[in-house]
Amino acid sequence: MPPPVLTGLRADAVVAGYDPRRPVINHVDLTVPAGRTTGLAGPSGSGKSTLARVLALLHKPFAGSVHLDDEPVTGFRHRTPHAQRVRVGVLFQQPRLSVDPRMTLRAAIGEPLLATRAPDVAERVDELADLVMLTSDLLTRRAHEVSDGQLQRACLARTLALDPGYLICDEMTTMLDASTTAALVGLIRDYQARTGAGVLAISHDTVLLDHWADHTVRLTSGGVLDASSAPTTTT
Amino acid sequence: MVTELVLDQVSVRFALPGATVAAVSDVSLRLRPGQCLALVGESGCGKTVLASALLGFLPGNAQVSGSATLSDEHGPTLDLLTATDRQLATTVRGRRIGLVPQSPASHLTPVRTARAQLEEVVRALRPTEANPRERADSVAARAGLTPQDLDHYPHELSGGMAQRVATALALVGEPWLLIADEPTTGLDRHLVDGLLDEFRRLVADGHAVLLITHDLAAAQRVADRIAVMYAGQLIEIGPPDSVLDDPGHPYTRGLGRSLPDRGFTPVPGMPPLLTDLPPGCSFAPRCDHVAPDCARRPVLTTDTEHAVACHRPC
Repeated sequence: MPPPVLTGLRADAVVAGYDPRRPVINHVDLTVPAGRTTGLAGPSGSGKSTLARVLALLHKPFAGSVHLDDEPVTGFRHRTPHAQRVRVGVLFQQPRLSVDPRMTLRAAIGEPLLATRAPDVAERVDELADLVMLTSDLLTRRAHEVSDGQLQRACLARTLALDPGYLICDEMTTMLDASTTAALVGLIRDYQARTGAGVLAISHDTVLLDHWADHTVRLTSGGVLDASSAPTTTT
Repeated sequence: MVTELVLDQVSVRFALPGATVAAVSDVSLRLRPGQCLALVGESGCGKTVLASALLGFLPGNAQVSGSATLSDEHGPTLDLLTATDRQLATTVRGRRIGLVPQSPASHLTPVRTARAQLEEVVRALRPTEANPRERADSVAARAGLTPQDLDHYPHELSGGMAQRVATALALVGEPWLLIADEPTTGLDRHLVDGLLDEFRRLVADGHAVLLITHDLAAAQRVADRIAVMYAGQLIEIGPPDSVLDDPGHPYTRGLGRSLPDRGFTPVPGMPPLLTDLPPGCSFAPRCDHVAPDCARRPVLTTDTEHAVACHRPC
């Protein structure tokens, strides 16, 4: 099957949250275009992570629609069609909570490959580890035996294992020091330059987004996109 | 009597099967009331281990050497590294040194209100207090909370409020020294600014604050001195502007340049394994102007206000 043409990951008039009477985000339109980095800023509780979960196909919105490369997304979470599920990768804030503590880093990075019955798992894991600059001695360790920065590198390798066309980074660098942050952002930019992937970078750190994202939109505390920050059409 | 905490050549080793982790090596520092010292460095460089050593929270396989002498008018002069757990529990923790822990929301008991927990600490640390409720309110006010805020359960508190509750808990026993471990992680910028202002107020009130953080911007904003740790060693210490804007150590320079608004370039390479530190300068494998001298371990110069542990400072 030829790879689909990347035309963007798009949310239209999305209303989402955890209680239909009190949605967290209201009628949000947001497009993550391919090959570019879209920043998403906003205070705590404004719904950044909820929007991230909707765009990562992990949370079913109450209303509105999500399109992946112009194909409507028909199911979320476990109901996501396989072909769409593997197109979107996600990185979370806390690597410790995103890695099974019983797995070595090698097993964790290889998990998406095993789940999709990919060939040559061991070789691919070595390549991915190399890509994110994890040394081979670290691959035999479990999550509690490495630092936050090393674990987040492993999470990035795991996310890139399936060559996602879109990458959702939800406060990916909050737990990390400046040098590790710069290194991980550099790795994501390299991946993007190579594959034309679209990236949604979510952070409360506006200085970081100013230097990472091509453009940044803001969610206000009512869960609506701030109109004055809407993306311009310039490229 | 001079109120101060003096760390002299503090080292912490962890014995693992077949390996020794050199988590902290030969750290010497001095802290006095009215000072805020920020300890910065990459995750895993030994910052939190150092704080745990001062409070006696190290696990059983830790070997500690050096001394950390605490002297003030609240009790006898004490070496924190050799004191018994009973001495630390009954005279030091909460009374002479307060700890604001990392991720405060997870340190609060989820099934009791902030007030119940704060009043419990008041009763434990100030058994003679006639009115624990009033006392709790006044301590909470100093941490920036209203009495109504205290009636919430931890899950009803935002990250910033939980942080203030943790600060209030640390202030109950009127310790002169506060150790704050990554208090700003995960907070919005305006909450970070508010918290740093609170620390600054505490310093102005005569407290000393040891701020452990990886947030260089926060450190620059609040600290009187910044100490940079790398692979368990103190490699540079001095006034914030001079350390960050005119660094002497190549690692500090690299850390500054990795900030988004100062180049966004990571320090090349990875930190060394603490089980297998290079014999000389531990930064030499990542350093771009390494020289033959670097095979010897550099010592921190102590004669100047801005001290650097490097044979070839930049």
